[in-house]
Amino acid sequence: MTTAPALKVEGLSKTFGARAPLLGRARPGVQAVRDVSFAVARGETLGIVGESGSGKSTLARMLAGLLAPTAGCIEIAGTRLGIAKPARSGRLIQYVFQDPAASLNPRRSVRRILETPLKLLHHMPQAAREQRLAELLAAVSLPTDALDRYPHEFSGGQAQRIGIARALAADPRILVLDEPVSALDVSVQAQVLNLLAELQQRMGLTYLFITHDLAVAEAVSDRVMVLYFGAVVELGPAREILARPAHPYTRLLADSAPVTGRPLPAPGTADAGLPDPRHPPAGCAFAGRCPRADALCRGQAPPLERIGDDRLAACHHPLRE
Amino acid sequence: MLALILLLALATPFLPLQDPNATATAERFARPLSPDHLLGTDHLGRDLLARLVHGTRLSLAMGLAAALLAAVLGSILGIVAGFLGGRADNLIMRGIDMLMGFPYVLLALAIVAALGPGLVNALIAVAAVNMPFFARNIRGVTVALAGREFVDAARLSGMGNLRIMAVEILPNVLPVIVIALTTTTGWMILETAGLSFLGLGSQPPQADLGSMLGEARAALISHPHVAVVPGVMIFLVVMSINLFGDGVRDALDPRLGAGAPTRPLPATVVDRTGPPPPSQAGHGALLAIDDLRTEFRIGRRVLPAAGGVSLSLGRGEALGLVGESGSGKSVTALSVMRLVASPPGVIAGGTVRLDDTEVLDAPLRILRGLRGRRVAYVFQDPQGTLHPLYRIGEQLTEAIRAHQPMSLQAARARAIELLRDVRMPRPEDRIDDYPHQLSGGQRQRVGIAMALANDPDVIMADEPTTALDVTVQAQILALLDQLRRERGLAILFITHDFGVVAQLCERLAVMYAGRIVEEGPTAEVLAAPAHPYTRRLIACVPAPGAGRRRLETIPGLPPPLDALPPGCAFAPRCHRARPACSDGEVVLRRTGMRAVRCLYPEAAA
Repeated sequence: MTTAPALKVEGLSKTFGARAPLLGRARPGVQAVRDVSFAVARGETLGIVGESGSGKSTLARMLAGLLAPTAGCIEIAGTRLGIAKPARSGRLIQYVFQDPAASLNPRRSVRRILETPLKLLHHMPQAAREQRLAELLAAVSLPTDALDRYPHEFSGGQAQRIGIARALAADPRILVLDEPVSALDVSVQAQVLNLLAELQQRMGLTYLFITHDLAVAEAVSDRVMVLYFGAVVELGPAREILARPAHPYTRLLADSAPVTGRPLPAPGTADAGLPDPRHPPAGCAFAGRCPRADALCRGQAPPLERIGDDRLAACHHPLRE
Repeated sequence: MLALILLLALATPFLPLQDPNATATAERFARPLSPDHLLGTDHLGRDLLARLVHGTRLSLAMGLAAALLAAVLGSILGIVAGFLGGRADNLIMRGIDMLMGFPYVLLALAIVAALGPGLVNALIAVAAVNMPFFARNIRGVTVALAGREFVDAARLSGMGNLRIMAVEILPNVLPVIVIALTTTTGWMILETAGLSFLGLGSQPPQADLGSMLGEARAALISHPHVAVVPGVMIFLVVMSINLFGDGVRDALDPRLGAGAPTRPLPATVVDRTGPPPPSQAGHGALLAIDDLRTEFRIGRRVLPAAGGVSLSLGRGEALGLVGESGSGKSVTALSVMRLVASPPGVIAGGTVRLDDTEVLDAPLRILRGLRGRRVAYVFQDPQGTLHPLYRIGEQLTEAIRAHQPMSLQAARARAIELLRDVRMPRPEDRIDDYPHQLSGGQRQRVGIAMALANDPDVIMADEPTTALDVTVQAQILALLDQLRRERGLAILFITHDFGVVAQLCERLAVMYAGRIVEEGPTAEVLAAPAHPYTRRLIACVPAPGAGRRRLETIPGLPPPLDALPPGCAFAPRCHRARPACSDGEVVLRRTGMRAVRCLYPEAAA
């Protein structure tokens, strides 16, 4: 066995719209993801938390090979992934989408949806496929008669199980879970989260779990990475980060979560806006909303630094107890 | 009619007709109904009936072939352009635009001129001229599909571009192609006939409808029947194909749905049997809903979305209405001002009283006066409730002037004041923005400002923060809380999130399958839920601070509304259920401030 991490990402960046149009000069692009680096061990779950505009979906699509990064590289189990080619990376890393209804083609039966990766990625013969299909359905606890039905005949939770089965069909080592439960009702949400945990244990899968919900992130992750404005602001063990955030943004997130018994914050005019992505600020992107910001923060972007055991934060003035 | 013509065209070779090309100059221009020739003869004495039948057959075949050719080529180009996007899209679509830049007759003439006259060339010309129509239509549909997640999923399953276009995209655009095909075939028959009329299509002596007209033109005045016969046929063919095309489109177009599109009525139909129930809330409640029953009647199915809901709301009170999707919480809120879309919605029973005055049987004029003025709504998706083409200031002033006659200037000043009340940054500038220029949180602030425009007594907030980021959600909740305290607003807050209810509402009601299963002061219910459903639902929600763990679940799914189990609707999923639970109606029992609809409630902690 190699000691290489299941997934290693180095300096990954994505800039949109920078390409020169047919006529005219190239415009400055929008940097959706800025210089993100991290590593995930085999069997680990890394929670990726961020609000809209944080770049978490762009990051996820790059990891799955659906989007070519502008810079940086992705290594899976020590092997560097080439340019975005899902047909090749599909056997290593798969994706579960947020909206189960939208990620299943309404005009293809469940059998055909699940068979495609078996045929195209594994070139499995017919008899082996039948057996594998039965295994897959059993793994996500769906009845076998589901095979010949169409996606619209299933409820949201069941459709998401099909989405998970489709990702598992490729027999990947890593699953990117892009808000897999946020479109589901809470009682169904718990069922799907438990199913994912079970599958991980049984198959030794590595998860990248993207969510905007801190409580969900904490319930499923070993470590959590917080994104703001396309960059990592904090990374560390899930429980510690949420109990004792070091970055003021993580703190704001944790305090904003509606929790029984916590009083509402004073209503402010705080315009919870991100900086204009076309004119990013020189310093820390959070400085405009940060109570601790000073001249240093506004002038110079803080690097992601080690602030304790296995904890990283990008802040000039991290919070300490 | 179309079937008749098609049958005729197919059966032509077997019919006992005279040779359509046999000339007999002696019998030229015979009148219709003459002994040998039912429809008469033309200038060369050829039998018109035979020529008509053969000509129709040829014209139909040509038109259909041209339409098919145009559809296949156009669809391929459209799918490729729409799917690949970028440079390929640019090249293909600019080429198509160039084709469309020429007047179509001129273009067809140019193609025929280049290829030489003849049937096949006319067919190619007509197909080429009509291809852009298909390409553009199909491209539009494909662009929307190419961004869908199932295409990404297919890519991850190892599919290449070609396979995705053939297997994933094509089946989804097929209905559009068929609709376009059936609606344009008639037009293409006309165009091929037109080319033949000009002598560029079928060559003599071969007959098609166009060339027959062309040959008859010379004798139009002296022997009109020679021109009338093919003319009427063209009319019948094209007319029937167009009608057929419209029929197919209506049948396939999902937007029209089953049958004719129905416009919802201005207020939900009220169809109550029996006398309105007496108020249980007692006098003094601002809003009292009693035994409200709202159903959706779709064909023979009756879905009881709200099956006897009773709620009351006092001045300045915030009541949380919690439930999963399909539990009937939104329907309950919408029924209060009779805003449930009707058809299919029907209020089948119960009362809604506002200050002890029954609302449901009020005439529409009075109801309109209450909507927005006394009871206002805030919805989940402010993007969907704000009109994208009007500035937010215009929408706000309209809302104000709907109930309060005042000048535009005064209304504008009031609008700015409202925006300031909802803590919109720089309201003087923002008032002239369009909705898309605002962030999600700002749009929701505008939505709340609209609801406040006429100083209502009650706000129905239907998941107003679900679509927002948590940091923004906290601000909106704080704003609502402040408005409630300062203005004495009553808020019915609909949500699926117990945390939100706990922060904002002092009382909460939990709904399951169209009924309230538990009600009481928020803190008490959350600390010691009495209904098993409430308890298990609370346990499902991951609470922060507990670390990585297995979550509680509720087995199974909520029952479909048209097949509710007898007795307690939750019994099939309940771990405490006993046979008695399914025997009969379980009533909502009140003890003090709390109420629970359960025979065996959870023991108080």
